[in-house]
Amino acid sequence: MAKKVLDALVAKHGAAIVKTEQIHGDEVAWVKREALVAVATWLRDDAAMAFDYPVFVTAIDRLDWKPLNRPPSEAWTEGQPRFEVCVQLRSSKHKHRIRLKVALAENDAKLPSLTPLWAGFNWQERETFDMYGIKFEGHPDLRRIYMYEEFVGHPLRKDYPKDKRQPLVRRPDLA
Amino acid sequence: MGVELTSTRIADAAAWAKHVREKQNIVDGATNWGRKFSLFTYPFVTACCGMEFMSVAAPKYDLARFGAEFPRFSPRQSDLLMIVGTITEKQGPALRRVWEQMAEPKWVIAFGVCASTGGFYQNYSAMPGADQVIPVDVYIPGCPPRPEQVLDALLLLQDRIQQGTGHSQLRLAREKALADAALTGHE
Repeated sequence: MAKKVLDALVAKHGAAIVKTEQIHGDEVAWVKREALVAVATWLRDDAAMAFDYPVFVTAIDRLDWKPLNRPPSEAWTEGQPRFEVCVQLRSSKHKHRIRLKVALAENDAKLPSLTPLWAGFNWQERETFDMYGIKFEGHPDLRRIYMYEEFVGHPLRKDYPKDKRQPLVRRPDLA
Repeated sequence: MGVELTSTRIADAAAWAKHVREKQNIVDGATNWGRKFSLFTYPFVTACCGMEFMSVAAPKYDLARFGAEFPRFSPRQSDLLMIVGTITEKQGPALRRVWEQMAEPKWVIAFGVCASTGGFYQNYSAMPGADQVIPVDVYIPGCPPRPEQVLDALLLLQDRIQQGTGHSQLRLAREKALADAALTGHE
């Protein structure tokens, strides 16, 4: 599939790539945070890459993650990066896909925004910020997109209590 | 000086009050009879239960047979709020405001488990039942409910309206009794 994209990426930006993998036929490149914008710009502008379509941005919270059907040694432990930010790109010209991943520590959950490169990431990055509290630096308007402004915390983080409610209104006649 | 209240006059007053009350009951009964057959529905449709609501309103099950003829899309023109679907915490203020804008006396039906209890959406965003923000008269279980259940709920609500035991009817009666008591100085 897009193995050649991955090979070209490693050949061009080898120093910026932590590792590469293939999951269910999707090529994944783990990118260093400080090189993300350079790598993404190259992916967008290079004629052989031409990634013009921003598919999605999301995050994964690895807190207390235990792998299913994988060796237990892959389980998340204290001190490992807690968050992964996934950026899926597609080229409508060459019909190939690539996924970029950035690992982030819990107390340093921020990375440069890709909205200046693909405007379509604007709301997706806002959603990731809303749900996981990951800050996209350089985003033009990083506000919550789903939850109300009064909401405290980020509900899709694994340490957000499952049964916690933050009501806006309640009946005055119910104590 | 002063007027001396004889036992006869007290008895007369009591008889007169009873007479007025009976008259009032007849008037209230007739009014409620009219109300229960001329409900104006405001469908607050948020989710998939809306499909069942359409089925109930459409000719096959035909809500119009029970007098709930026209869905009104302004709360000011309606007196039956049908909460059809999941209510989120973010929607709470909007739902409360719609209910406050409706004409008195007004009734509320929670259509389906999500509107009644939150259903299987037990999470950060879903409200655990619309009755957290407004009083609900009739709850319809089901995910979604069968149209027959909705018609059954409407009949239950009609009974409640006739008896004058809807939430808003009871509240208005209470407010009226308090106002009367304040006017005459009696508790």
